[in-house]
Amino acid sequence: MTTDAAPRSNAPSLAERAWRIRRNAVRMGEVQGQGYIAQALDIADVLAVAYFHAMTYRPDDPEWEGRDRFLLSNGHYAIALYAALIEAGIIPEAELETYGSDDSRLPMSGMASYTPGMEMSGGSLGIGLSIAVGMGLGLKRKGSKNFVYTLFSDGELDEGSKWEAIMGAAHHKLDNLIAVVDINQQQADGPSGQVMGFEPLVDKMNAFGWFTQRVDGNDLDAVKAAFDAARNHPEPKPRMIIADTKMGKGVPFLEARERNHFMRVDAHEWQLALDALDAGRPA
Amino acid sequence: MKPAPTTAGGKPRLTTSAMIASIAAEGQATKPAPFGHALVAAAKQDDTIVGMTADLGKYTDLHVFRDAFPDRCYQFGMAEQLMLGAASGLAKEGFTPFATTYAVFATRRAYDFIHQTIAEEDRNVKIVGALPGLTSGYGPSHQAAEDLALMRAMPNMTVIDPCDAHETEQVVPAIAAHKGPVYMRLLRGQVPLVLAEYGYRFELGKAKTIRDGRDVLIISSGLMTMRSLEAAALLAADKVDVSVLHVPTIKPLDTATILAEAGKGGRLVVVAENHTVIGGLGEAVGALLMREGVQARFRHIGLPDEFLLAGALPTLHDHYGISAEKVASRIKAWM
Repeated sequence: MTTDAAPRSNAPSLAERAWRIRRNAVRMGEVQGQGYIAQALDIADVLAVAYFHAMTYRPDDPEWEGRDRFLLSNGHYAIALYAALIEAGIIPEAELETYGSDDSRLPMSGMASYTPGMEMSGGSLGIGLSIAVGMGLGLKRKGSKNFVYTLFSDGELDEGSKWEAIMGAAHHKLDNLIAVVDINQQQADGPSGQVMGFEPLVDKMNAFGWFTQRVDGNDLDAVKAAFDAARNHPEPKPRMIIADTKMGKGVPFLEARERNHFMRVDAHEWQLALDALDAGRPA
Repeated sequence: MKPAPTTAGGKPRLTTSAMIASIAAEGQATKPAPFGHALVAAAKQDDTIVGMTADLGKYTDLHVFRDAFPDRCYQFGMAEQLMLGAASGLAKEGFTPFATTYAVFATRRAYDFIHQTIAEEDRNVKIVGALPGLTSGYGPSHQAAEDLALMRAMPNMTVIDPCDAHETEQVVPAIAAHKGPVYMRLLRGQVPLVLAEYGYRFELGKAKTIRDGRDVLIISSGLMTMRSLEAAALLAADKVDVSVLHVPTIKPLDTATILAEAGKGGRLVVVAENHTVIGGLGEAVGALLMREGVQARFRHIGLPDEFLLAGALPTLHDHYGISAEKVASRIKAWM
C-alpha cells in the first residue's frame, strides 16, 4: 500500500480485502438500519483494488504529500469508502459503530472536514471530477508523480459540469488523473440509463480524448488489470475505467431486491447479510 | 415590455457602446489594468499564485498576468463550474489560485461549486468577478446586481468591494496573503484613480473615513465611494457637510468603526452601494444598527429589486439614482 512496502506473501488477498470491506459496510448499515448499502457492496471490489493494489499512501499520515489522492465524488458512497479506510487502517475499526450518529467522524455523506482520508466534500453530485482536474494540474506543477483517482456514479453523468471536467481533463492532458465510474444502473428515480441515457459511454469517452476501459467491476482480476493499464498507459490522456457493477453484490437476497437505491433492510436481515457474506468468504 | 422609444426631446440618445462600459468620467485620472499588474507583482513574491480564466482573460485584465507568467495561467474555456472546482483542487495542492470571470458567472452560474468545493472546504481560492453591480449596460445577463448578497450568505467567505485602481492594487497582495476563500469585485480596464489623493491605505476588514463631515454620514463601498465623494463635493457647495466612510470589506464587516461613526449622532446615515438593496451593505449596516440599539435617520441608495434595464451606463446610473448628481440631489431632499 506504500511505495516502500514490497508485496508480502502473507498479505490478505484482494478478495479477502473486498470481503472485509463489504463486511465493514454491512455492519455500518446496521447502525442506521438503512442506507446506501447496495452501492457499497457493488463498489467493494473497485475499492479493494484501489486501496490494496493501486494506490500509494501511509495509513498513519493520511495527508502525506507523496500519497495518491482519492476523491469520492459520490458522497453517498461514504459508507463504502469508510469501510475501505477502516480496512486500510486509516480509520479505527471501533468507529464503525458511530456511522451516521451524532458527533461521529463518519457522517452519512462524505465530507473532507470530518474524516481522515476523505479528500473532498461530496453530496452535491457531479463536482469531484472538477476538483480532480485542479489537483491533477497542481500535482504536475509540483513535479509529483502521484495520481489523482476519483470515483463517481453513473447518475452523475447527468450533470453538465461533469462534461466540462471531462473536456478540461483531456484539454490539459491530465495523464495523472484516473476516473472510475460506477455503472450500477441505479439512481434515485430508477435505472440510470432510463433516467438519462448516457450510452455509448466508451465511444463518448474515447471521442472526448480519454483512454477508456470498460470492465466487469466485480471481477477483481479485470479491475486490477484495468487499474494497471490506466497507470501505465503511455499517451498523455486522462484515464477512465467504466466499471459495470451489481447492486448488493455478494449478498444474494439484496442483489435481488428492486428498490435498492436507498435500501431499507429489516433488523433481522443484517445478520442474514453478514451470514451470506461469510458463506462467500474467499478461501 | 418596454414602450417604444420616442425621438422627441433635444438630448442626444447615448448608446450602450460595449458590454464593458467605462466607469471613468471624461478627464478623470485612471490607471490601466490595476488588477493584472498587481497580480504580476504579487506573483513575483509568491510562487504559489496561479491565474485561472474561463475565456475572459482579456476582459478581466488577467491577460497581463498570463503574458508575464504564461505557464502559471490556466484556461478553462467557458466552463465556470470546472474552473472553480479546479481552483479548489489547486488550492488543496498548496497553490493560491486567482480565478477570474464575470461576477455574474462566478456567483450565479457556479454558486454551488463555490459553496461546496471552496467555501465548505475552506480552500484558499481568490474569486475575482468583473462587471460587479451595475457596470454593464448589456442587460441582466451581465449585471451582477446581487453578487454581494450571494457571496455574503456563504460561510467562510471574505467579500471585498474595492473603490478604484489605487485600492485594487492594494487588495490583491492583501488577499493573496490572507488564508481562506475571498470574493473580490473587479473594476477593470482604465480604472479611475480616486483614493490616492486622500492618502488611503487598504486594510482587510477595516472601514475608513475618507472625508469627515457634520451633516451626513455616507457609508459606502466600491464604485459608490467614488460617487459619494463626488456627491459630497456637490453638496459642499450647498453648505451640506458630508462624511464618507468607505467599507471595502463587506464581510467580515468592520462593525466597530461603523457603530462608532453612526453612533456619533445628529447625522443622516446613508448607505450607498452598487448592488441591489437586498442583502448587501445597506441591509448589513441597517441590521447592525438595530441590533446594537444605535438610533439614526437611515436612508439607502442602491439598485432596485428588479431586473435592470439595458442601455448606456451613465443613463442607467442616473435612472437608478446612483450617479453623483442623483446621490447629491437625493441626500439634499432627505435633509
